[in-house]
Amino acid sequence: MAEHDITLTVNGEEHSLTVESRKLLVHAIRDDLGLTGTNVGCESTLCGACTVHLDGQAVKSCTMFAVQADGAEITTIEGMADDTLHPVQAGFEVEHGLQCGYCTPGMVMAATDLLSENPDPDDEEIREGLEGNLCRCTGYQNIVRAVETAAARMDEETVEGD
Amino acid sequence: MFPDEFDYYRADSVEETRDLLAEFADQEVELLAGGHSLIPTMKSGLASPDVLVDISEIDELTGVTVEDDVVRMGAVTRYTELLANDALQTAAPAFYRAVEHVGDRQVRNRGTVGGNLAHADPAADLPGAALAADATATIVGEDGERRVPADDLFLGMYMTDVGPDEILTEVTVPRVEANVAGAYAKKASPSSGYAMVGVAVRLETVDGDIDRARVGTSGVLDHGVRLETVEEVLTGASLSEADPAAAGDVALESIEETMILSDAQASAEFRGALLETYTERAVEATLQDARPESPTVD
Repeated sequence: MAEHDITLTVNGEEHSLTVESRKLLVHAIRDDLGLTGTNVGCESTLCGACTVHLDGQAVKSCTMFAVQADGAEITTIEGMADDTLHPVQAGFEVEHGLQCGYCTPGMVMAATDLLSENPDPDDEEIREGLEGNLCRCTGYQNIVRAVETAAARMDEETVEGD
Repeated sequence: MFPDEFDYYRADSVEETRDLLAEFADQEVELLAGGHSLIPTMKSGLASPDVLVDISEIDELTGVTVEDDVVRMGAVTRYTELLANDALQTAAPAFYRAVEHVGDRQVRNRGTVGGNLAHADPAADLPGAALAADATATIVGEDGERRVPADDLFLGMYMTDVGPDEILTEVTVPRVEANVAGAYAKKASPSSGYAMVGVAVRLETVDGDIDRARVGTSGVLDHGVRLETVEEVLTGASLSEADPAAAGDVALESIEETMILSDAQASAEFRGALLETYTERAVEATLQDARPESPTVD
């Protein structure tokens, strides 16, 4: 079977798509659903610009076929903010954790996944946690600060019972 | 970047998988588990299978089960799930550490233990670690189930004992009475993250003496191998006398030096030198794991 009818729930909304087996999930997200926040940055599964959450876990959407995601719940960068920026997005804003911004959606998705497992990572743990995401602009220093700031803010929110 | 066309089937059981493999025996069929070795090759045009059979959703192949004397890992269990298992960490600490080193967070959320071993990339972390862990693979084929120890599993570059119509269904590691310490030291390629050289060391100790040592390599030859000379130097030594430098010095004696991989990343000579250093580091780290109360000199 070279073509499949699939259902993807993306940022809470259900979508029915007909895709070729070979269509990568990142292309279904960008081209079929018009959600272009998720980026393609390499051809080698190294850069992480395509990172989304699939059933609650960060994955590289360029290294999955859309058919594999049939029935899954996906969150993309477009789904991270509600009325306000997600704390991780806010962290990148206040700490200037980006320049061109191309890696940033992937960084935000990966960092959020890291913080869900380790809410208080140190410098080394952040750098290790973001090994799957490459940035060509910043030298990573402000990205690390962004994640530290996000972690601190998310801590405060928990303490305040938000 | 764009794979060639193929037909995709999702299998719900091992039996269905075997049926599909038989049905499409006249075409090029690949099994899809985590896909993080296969899909990159399809994107780059290196691989162009006609049919993909997705086995990653098969319940009977997923999950970690802890029994009295083994830890069983279903072949399509994702690395992240393995890392959540304390019994695995205790039973096979070097293997566990190697899993921690595979790829990155996102890769570990999708890649599978069985896929890593069955694909047998020379630079993958788990074959050498499986050798150190004394792991055993369960393979299902024409004659039913057979069990293959890691020592007999890895045959060459991308070559294992798993036949073209067979499926690796499970990987087990033993749980032993002795105290087990382990470590994995890896010189990762700065670009790919794969092992230029990786060394997994497992020491089973009884009353402070090393009763059994197993050492496995990644990245050095076209498949993972044991370093018997290193194992010999360590076996019988007490934890306080075991000498990491002496272990490193004999590492190359277990290796057919003309067969050491040489490529754009590292010459055979450099890999050989790395092997000695990383053997020493892996032994040092394992001794630390075995006696954490000793002071470290970093």
